[in-house]
Formats: sequence, C-alpha cells, structure tokens
Amino acid sequence: MNPQRFQITRVHVFAAFFIVVGLLMLWQAPGNFEADTISKMSFGLGKDAPLWEAPTRATLLVIAALYLVGGVLGLVNRWPRLTFGALLFNGILIFPAILIGAAAGKQTNMLTMLAETLRLATPIAIGATAGIWAERSGVVNIAIEGMMLAGACFGFTALFFIEPLLADNTNLALFLSVLVAVICGGLMALLHAWLSIRFKTNQVVSGTVINILALGLTSFVRREWLLSTRAGRITLPSIALPGLVDIPIVGEVLFNNKPIFYLMFVMLIITHIVLFYTPFGLRMRAVGEHPQAADTVGVNVNGMRYLCVVISGMIAGLGGAWFSLETVGSFDDGMTGGRGFIALAAMIFGKWTPFGAFGGGMLFGFADALGTRFQILNVPVPSQWLQMLPFLTTMVVLAGLVGRAVAPAASGQPYEKQ
Amino acid sequence: MADTKSETSVSPPKPTPNARPNLNWAELGSRLVPVLAVVTAMLFGGVFMIVAGTDWEAAQTAFRDHGLGGFVGQIIPGIAKAGIAYEALLEGAIGLGYVDPATIRAETYFITLLPLGQNSIIFIPRNLIDTIVRTIPFILAGLAVALGFKCGLFNIGAEGQLYAGALLSVFVGFHPIFSGLPGLIHLPLAMLAGIVGGMIWGAIPGFLKARTGAHEVINTIMMNYIAIRLADWLIKSREPLILLDTTASVPRTPFINQTAMYPLIGNTSLHLGLFIALAAVGLVWWFLYRTTLGFEIRTVGANPHAARYAGMSVSRNFVLAMALSGGLAGLAGAGEVLGVQHNLPPGFFAGVGFDSIAIALLAKTDPFAIIPAALLWGGLINGAGLMQVRADLSIDLVKIIQAFIVMFIAADQIVRVLWRIRARRGGEEAIVARGWS
Repeated sequence: MNPQRFQITRVHVFAAFFIVVGLLMLWQAPGNFEADTISKMSFGLGKDAPLWEAPTRATLLVIAALYLVGGVLGLVNRWPRLTFGALLFNGILIFPAILIGAAAGKQTNMLTMLAETLRLATPIAIGATAGIWAERSGVVNIAIEGMMLAGACFGFTALFFIEPLLADNTNLALFLSVLVAVICGGLMALLHAWLSIRFKTNQVVSGTVINILALGLTSFVRREWLLSTRAGRITLPSIALPGLVDIPIVGEVLFNNKPIFYLMFVMLIITHIVLFYTPFGLRMRAVGEHPQAADTVGVNVNGMRYLCVVISGMIAGLGGAWFSLETVGSFDDGMTGGRGFIALAAMIFGKWTPFGAFGGGMLFGFADALGTRFQILNVPVPSQWLQMLPFLTTMVVLAGLVGRAVAPAASGQPYEKQ
Repeated sequence: MADTKSETSVSPPKPTPNARPNLNWAELGSRLVPVLAVVTAMLFGGVFMIVAGTDWEAAQTAFRDHGLGGFVGQIIPGIAKAGIAYEALLEGAIGLGYVDPATIRAETYFITLLPLGQNSIIFIPRNLIDTIVRTIPFILAGLAVALGFKCGLFNIGAEGQLYAGALLSVFVGFHPIFSGLPGLIHLPLAMLAGIVGGMIWGAIPGFLKARTGAHEVINTIMMNYIAIRLADWLIKSREPLILLDTTASVPRTPFINQTAMYPLIGNTSLHLGLFIALAAVGLVWWFLYRTTLGFEIRTVGANPHAARYAGMSVSRNFVLAMALSGGLAGLAGAGEVLGVQHNLPPGFFAGVGFDSIAIALLAKTDPFAIIPAALLWGGLINGAGLMQVRADLSIDLVKIIQAFIVMFIAADQIVRVLWRIRARRGGEEAIVARGWS
C-alpha cells in the first residue's frame, strides 16, 4: 500500500516513464519522419491566422531530449523544486508532441483543438463539480452518471412536450427544458440522499442503484414516448458574448459558444467561492471532514448533507442537459457513455477542488478531442483504440495521483449522533 | 452498515442472551425481507405499467366531464394491462400461463394443468428451460461480485471480465491451432482460457488498488469500457484480421469447433454450464468458509486494519480476491460462448455487469442464495420478451423493476416499514464497501 516501502517514490516512476518515452522517440522519430517533413500548426481561423511551421523530426527530437533531461533530474532527485517543475513541464509537453507527430506533413489547427477540448471537457468538469458538492459534504456520489442520464432524458422529454406549446419561442422552450433537466437531476439526488442519509445504505451501493434505475427509467421513457419524436433536433443557441467575441484570433472560437459551456465556468467559480470563502462552505467542509465536530458547534449535519447532495444532483442534471439539449438534440440510451464516471476521476485528479477538477476535465476532454482529430488527420489508428483513450487516461491518472490526493475524511460514512 | 463508527469496522455479532433455538415470527420476518423486497418492487413496476398503459388525454377528458369516477374508468385499462403484463412475465419466465390453449402455436409443447373457463392454466417446459439457460451466466457473474464484496471490494467490472473471458475462450474454441484436439482437452482448455482472461481483467484493478490505492469502483468501470472497445475492435477489425468471420453477414467471430462446445443435456438447450455453475457455488462457499485463504479474504473484507494487525497481507488479498472474482466472471463469459452462442458478436454482454451486482446484493453475498437470485433475474429477463409482445410494454420496464429490487434490498428498512417487520438487530449481515481511501 505504501510506496515508501519499496524505496521507489512516485517521482522515480514518472522519471522512468519519461526516460522510456524519450528513448522511444529518439529511436522512432528519425525512421518515421523525413528530415524535411513539416507539421503546420495554425493558431486561429482564416487565412491570415498565425502559422507555425515546425520541422517534425527536429521538434520531436528536442522534446525527446527534454524528456531525457527531466527523467534524469527525476531519477537523481536532488533538487526537488527543479525536478517537479521539469516533470510538470514534461507532462504538459505530451500534448504538443502528440499533435506535432500526428500532423506530420499536414496542417492542424491548435485553436480549434483547444475549443474542442474545452467543449468536450464541459460535461466532465460539470460532473466533477457535482461530485465535489456531494463529497465535500461527506457523501460519495458515484451516481453522477445516472443523474446526468436522467437530466439528459427528462430534459429532452420536457422539450418534446413543451416545444409544441411554445412554437413561436423555441429558446424559451429550450430554457425550460434545461430547468426540467436540472430539477430531475436533483430528484435523483434526493433519492440518493434519502437512501444514504435516512437509511444509511452503503453510499456506493445506493449510487449503483441510482445508476441502474436511471438506465432502466430513461430507456423505458424513450421506448414508450420518445420514439415517435418529431422534434427537429434543435439545440440551445450559440451566444456571442458582446465585446469579448471581437478579440482577434481567440474571440470567435472561445466567446461564441452555447450557454451550458459558459455555465460550466460560472459553476466552477461559484463553487470555488462558496467552498472556500463563505461560512456555508466552511460548514460544508466541516461536515465532510469531521461531522461530530460540526455537530458539536451546531451545524445540522444531515440537513447539510441533504442540501449538498441535491445541489450536486442539480449540477449533474445540468451536465446531462449538455448531452441532449446542447450537443445532440435528441436522446439515446446510455448517451452519457461513462462521462459521469470519468468526471469522478477528474474530481479526484483535481483533489476535490473546482479548478483542479477543471484541469482534470481538460485532460479528458483533450483525450476525447484527440480521437476525432486523429481521424481528420488520417492517423492509421483504429477508432476503437482512440475511444479507449479517455478511459485509459483515467486509470493512469488515478494510479499516479490518487495516493497523493486526500478525500474528505468522512466521505462515505453515514453520520450517527453519539 | 448501521454501525460503521470508525472507517471500516463492522460490529461483531452480539450473542443475544435469550436466543431461542427455533424460528420465531420476528426472525421469519427478517428472512422474508428479500422476498418482500421483490414483491414491493413488482408492485412499483405495476405503477409504471399502469402509467404507460393509460391513455392520459382520454383520462383528462373523462376527469373534466365525469369527475373522479370517469378518471378511474380510464385508468382501469391500464390496470388490466399490468395484469396481462405480469401474466406474460410469469408465463415467459417459468412457463406457467393462464391462456386459451388454442392460441398457442402448434409446435410448442405444453401441458394443460387445469381448464378454467375458456382459458386454462398451462405449463410450457420450454420457457422454464430457457430461463434456466439464461440463469447460468448470472449465477457465475453474481458469484463473482459476491466474492469481491466478501473482501470489501466492489467489483463493477463483471461486464469487462465477461468480455475478456469470452474473447480468449472463443479464440481457443475456433482457432485452427487447437482444432485437432479431442473434446476432453479442447473444452477444458477453452474454459481455462475464459477463466484466465477474466482473472487478468480482474487482477489489474485489484493490483492498482493494492499498489496505488486507486479505487476499484472507478477502475473496474474503466476496464469495462476498455473491454467493450477492445472486443469491438478485435471482432470487427479487417486490417489486420483478428477474430472476424469474413463469411458472416453480421460482425461476429467464427463458430467454435464442436469439440469445444458444452455438451447439451438430453434433447434440450440446457448445457453442461449449469452443473459447472452449481459446482462453482459449492466451491466458492467451501473456499470462503473452509479454507485459510477464504478466511483471510473475509477478514480483510470485514476489517482490513485488524487483518493487517493479524499479519495478513491486505494487498495480496485484494489482488487475489479481484483475480478470483474476475476468473468467475470470465468463466461466465466463456460459458455463454461455449454453451449457447458458439461465437461472439460485439456488444454481447451489455448490462450483465449491473445485473450481477444486483444479484450479489439480492443474495446478500451468500453463495447459495445466489442461485435463487440469479433464477429470478433469468426469469425476469426471459419473461420480458413475452411481456413486450402481449402487453406492448418496453423490455426496459424489467430494468426498472430490477433497480427497485436492488433499492429495497439495499435499504431494507423501507421494506420493513412497509410490511411492518421489526427493525434490524445488531449483528445481522452488513455488506461492506468502503469510500475512496
């Protein structure tokens, strides 16, 4: 259990990993890429966008050299700060390295890649925020997947019924549907809270119940009522933020997006402020870390937990609406496809903090976006392998980081007054 | 679960001073809880049937025109539909039906038990046998999850382990290298391949948990998705050609050789896998309760701190339990390939993972109780098809009923309150699965 016992620390593992990768690149790059192959990286839209023409082989060799330097620093591990910085830099370098290798002899757009990553990170970051709300108050929520699914399904169902009534105002119908999705996520969470707080059911079991229930319920609703759908695949409209959208290069890509995308940032900021700068957040964290102490000073532990879990479910419901109402415009069985679970990993990656979770979301969003990008660039890798990427990333990240991340101490335990 | 005061402790069974040796009513009530949970879940499912079977626009109009009476009048067809649905579910599940014998297809063999009016109570052996065949993988997969629970591990990855086992097993079953072998060697080899595949798939999350502390719930789920994608690639890939049968019209692997198939029992679709599953139940019970390794696994599950203090290796037991659990699930996957399907299409095991969790919870992780729990599951799924035809209700309704069953099992206080059964005493069973750390 304790890596110290083996006299090999995580730094050594990471360092060895980078040395292996660096050596592999040194060995493979000259053979696979001609000296005059160029990867064109454009940073914007249109013809006059800045373009970086990187010689593929040389750039990869430089990165490989950096990996070796970082790896050796890690193995020696004499200068902890320098080593940490080097390893972190190496970690970030993975992203351009992959893209430069994939775009050999072709052109790829880094800015749209960023936008795509952000877009695909949205449900994961929102789901992770939902997880933070539940777990910081001491309730493990593996039901985010189910709550998202419920939000996606019932949000779309609501649109299906509201849209004919509000034919002249589609946007209002969509907005109301998102609201329904949020409420339905909250209701699923209420069931989770009821089972795990009132009945002290094991929280992982209770979460699994919610997941199974959501899967059955949403498939049932779809087969019974949604198959005859005439809803014309409408999705939430893009909103251009006035002023910001006129910023050159990035404006059009980052500030002309759909509402839930913006709401993700709002959620992250609000969660951060509530969690760390308000009395409410202090109580919430106290309930999650040491419920007895919180109870002693007069905090209603179970009431707090009910509230936080329901808020968690509402946020997850919003994440569900991203799938059906913002992206696809219809509902399919199991359309969340494991994003709720990946969100949990992102939450752990971010050490139960909103901005950390956003970082985790970006990582998984990148893995997701890479799949489509590889297909566009005709990289000869089977699509199923690319679909595995986010899941593999999750496992690697969890294995590498979870030992250092500390969960709220009381997470997973029902509270009983002594 | 009621007395988790510290992180993981489960209070030891307290000997009640005036415990009577023979069964009393309160105790019988406690034992009835799982049955009542199923009954309650069925009643809840009935509500969904009524909701789905009612014409709500007509009900609205009737309520406006004739008040509550008219409304109830409109609900009655929905209630009737629920009745039809449950009759069909029962008929599909165990073969007992109340139908007009003239409507049954000529080739179906049935026994008339009791003529009642125009319809008769009949028994169709074929349906019961199909249910039993459906039950076989559930027994093994449920056993796999239960074994994980015994070690305090929540193995959500049965689905992935089924795929891993089935993939290796089907490879051994059809590949020309193995085709000359006699059945006595080929079949055990194919089964072994299934077990090994599942074991590898299960041991990875176990190892990660033991070594890095990464929670098995997330890792097994990730392994599920990876297995699904991997199976999809292995079976569909043409360049390179791996497992695809290029002569088939749908993507699937070639059929396995006759020598690797489970022998059928008599003239039915029952196969050897039934006996293997039943033997596995006995074997797991013996392993858990009669061997040192099993004792260690249960100790680690009940209280890892105490286990470590007693000199047991918690890490080793995590890996061992996950590997054994995966092996059982892999055998379940192999059984479906060797006994029923004889090839492997992609997406074959969708949903079995969640089902096996539900079965393990329903059986309260008791190996022998897995058998009736799995039978219930097999029956529900087998009966769902007929229910869909007769009552025009989606098969997914069965999933809702299943979710309610698990919910009432997990939170049995709901059932106890509903059916007025005395509250749980300390020392009654508790299923342990821990938080993140």
